[in-house]
Amino acid sequence: MNLDLDGAAVRFRDEVRDWLAANVPAGPLPGVDTAEGNLAHRSWERRLAAAGLAAVGWPVEYGGRAAPPLHTLLFDEEYHAAGAPVRIGQNGLFLLAPTLLAHGTAEQCARILPPMARAEQVWAQAWSEPDAGSDLASLRSRARRVDGGWSLSGQKTWSSRAAVADRAFGLFRSTLGPDRHRGLTYLMVDLRAPGVTVRPIRQLDGGAGFAEIFLDDVFVPDADVIGEPGDGWRVAMSTAAHERGLSLRGPGRFTAAADRLVRLWLAAGAVSGPPKQPWQPAGRDRHGERVADAWIRARAYRMAAYASLARPVPPSATKLFWSELDVFLHETALDVLGPFAEADPEWPAGYLFALAGPIYAGTNEIQRDTLAQRVLGLPREPR
Amino acid sequence: MRLAPSEEQLAFADSLHAMLAAADLPKVSAAWADGDPGAGRALWSALAGAGVTGLLVPERWGGHDAGPVDLIVACEELGHHAVPGPLAESVAAVPALLTAAATAPNRPRDAAREWLPALARGRLVASLVAPPWLPFAADGDGADLILVTDGDEIRQGHARSVLPSLNPARRLSEVTPGALIASGQDSGLAMELGVLACSAQLLGAARALLERSVDYAKQRTQFGRPIGSFQAVRHQLADVAVAIEFAQPLLYAAAVALKPPPEPPERDPAAGRCVRPVTDEPLDVSAAKVACGEAARRAARVALQVHGAVGYTREHGLWRWLGLVRVLDLAWGTPSWHRARILTGLASEWRESGDHPAAAVRWEPAHPYRKEGFE
Repeated sequence: MNLDLDGAAVRFRDEVRDWLAANVPAGPLPGVDTAEGNLAHRSWERRLAAAGLAAVGWPVEYGGRAAPPLHTLLFDEEYHAAGAPVRIGQNGLFLLAPTLLAHGTAEQCARILPPMARAEQVWAQAWSEPDAGSDLASLRSRARRVDGGWSLSGQKTWSSRAAVADRAFGLFRSTLGPDRHRGLTYLMVDLRAPGVTVRPIRQLDGGAGFAEIFLDDVFVPDADVIGEPGDGWRVAMSTAAHERGLSLRGPGRFTAAADRLVRLWLAAGAVSGPPKQPWQPAGRDRHGERVADAWIRARAYRMAAYASLARPVPPSATKLFWSELDVFLHETALDVLGPFAEADPEWPAGYLFALAGPIYAGTNEIQRDTLAQRVLGLPREPR
Repeated sequence: MRLAPSEEQLAFADSLHAMLAAADLPKVSAAWADGDPGAGRALWSALAGAGVTGLLVPERWGGHDAGPVDLIVACEELGHHAVPGPLAESVAAVPALLTAAATAPNRPRDAAREWLPALARGRLVASLVAPPWLPFAADGDGADLILVTDGDEIRQGHARSVLPSLNPARRLSEVTPGALIASGQDSGLAMELGVLACSAQLLGAARALLERSVDYAKQRTQFGRPIGSFQAVRHQLADVAVAIEFAQPLLYAAAVALKPPPEPPERDPAAGRCVRPVTDEPLDVSAAKVACGEAARRAARVALQVHGAVGYTREHGLWRWLGLVRVLDLAWGTPSWHRARILTGLASEWRESGDHPAAAVRWEPAHPYRKEGFE
């Protein structure tokens, strides 16, 4: 058992660290879901791709470096520690790409992955529907067989990044039958195609990170089906594993935030001596234990990521852990800031984003059910 | 980079598991609780045969000179089966203390040669007093050797009076310090190894509690179906599984952090620096202790709730883990103490890195053996 980095890993980490130090924009970019921010984030992604850093784990022919999973983890840590911009392409990079690499054809990979890495094509998720949230298999958007492809009709909602994205991937019902998990087809759809209407939804945090997608007889060619028609549920569950697992939420985001939290707590004069701020009790305050717990949990997530290189961690457990950690961490930061939290330039945004974590990528109730059934082997709840 | 036990270590854990599963632990524990250590001492000999008691004893005194990773692999199984006795003391801290005493600046007696061979062979069971972490000697009345360590001193201790423990399978002794064994030595690593062993026991206990609760939830039916199909039950068990899943990597990281550095230090010629960047000994040990304790306490609470009244009976056997978990969580440094050490360590890191206002960091690092801790 060891945590040693070999020479290649050290060189890679140093390359990433140096490149980020020289290239990360000094100030924050405009919001990713605004028109201006859309352009700024795409331009940032182009620079990452030009440096060969957009997706280091991908095969070389698609724009990656065929780097081992450890390097993807190291990249994630360095990226967040450097305070680099949010990845506008994350739905594609972390969710669709692993699905394509596992289930897609070589033609699909060659056509879709390189422009994805350069953020020439930004992808949205099209999973949930107004009546199909946690019960995703009850989805009703249709894929009707037509000459040379499929015609899509229906409504998707809570589609992350759809407001600025070029294309979307999702599940559609291609045959009706008694088994709800059969007859679903995994399709990729052009959001600029005739018949598509995207209506951004304003969120709790004021942004429009997700949107409704209305589809009215939208044509999708056969080439944009992933896996076999009707086999979409199985393919989708592999994307779900990525979404819940470590590929979407690497440890860097949490370890970086935990470090910022500890610094915040120290700088607030909470350690010893007279309180620097009138709302803080003198001496050691009661937030210290929570600050330590946030740091411990972030480190646990990091070590679990390293451990997962030798033994996979169940994705449901991973999703439960990071989403609860994110809320806990940000709640603690707000409490340390006291009444000044409200006007803080940084923490409230992270807090509002963290609140979404236990809901998206499968609610935490669904995750607990999945874990109980698949990992612990407990009997299903009758439905 | 491999943060997982090796095949050999997994096989070691499996063989211990098989041995302990066959050892009728409920009977051993019940006898131990009633003050009859016979069966427990027999089990101790069997553990010695399996190599457990000599793990941290150097070869020249009849031990295996194994490291912290083997230690956690063994101690996790000991906790898994709720083996009674002063385990973190006798298997981890005491052999390391006696080994350190062998090179102490002042050592009136050759304690290592005197006791380590018998300890490795399982003929000597040792307990330890180390205030404020361990104010009493666990199972000191039946121990063959009690050490008292306070700062850089080690003395032999003598059991005075026996106190009952919250854990029925354990008794505590108040101890009078006696003759000096060594002084001027660094007891730090020995005590960290004790924390590590205790953390591993806690994690093993958490796993056992979850396994038993899951089994029970599959078998027990109410309202015509297994209680494990009710969300109110299965979700609690899922949370326990998550706590265990994310405590274990911290335990591994702590063991790695306590490993002696590779000789000579592995250096990457291109980078020109030591490539062990991601561990931090005191912080990782403390993080493991807090996380394993938290997982175990959650597992214990849920286990009792899932079992209901039957879990509350002595006959059922859940008590063996419930008591163990609660006392081990508070021993070897309370969770509050370990959190405070983490914050202190992080504060000094930033002070040293120079990007932190020095004025804010005036928290003296806590000393494990000083009474004015952080509790």
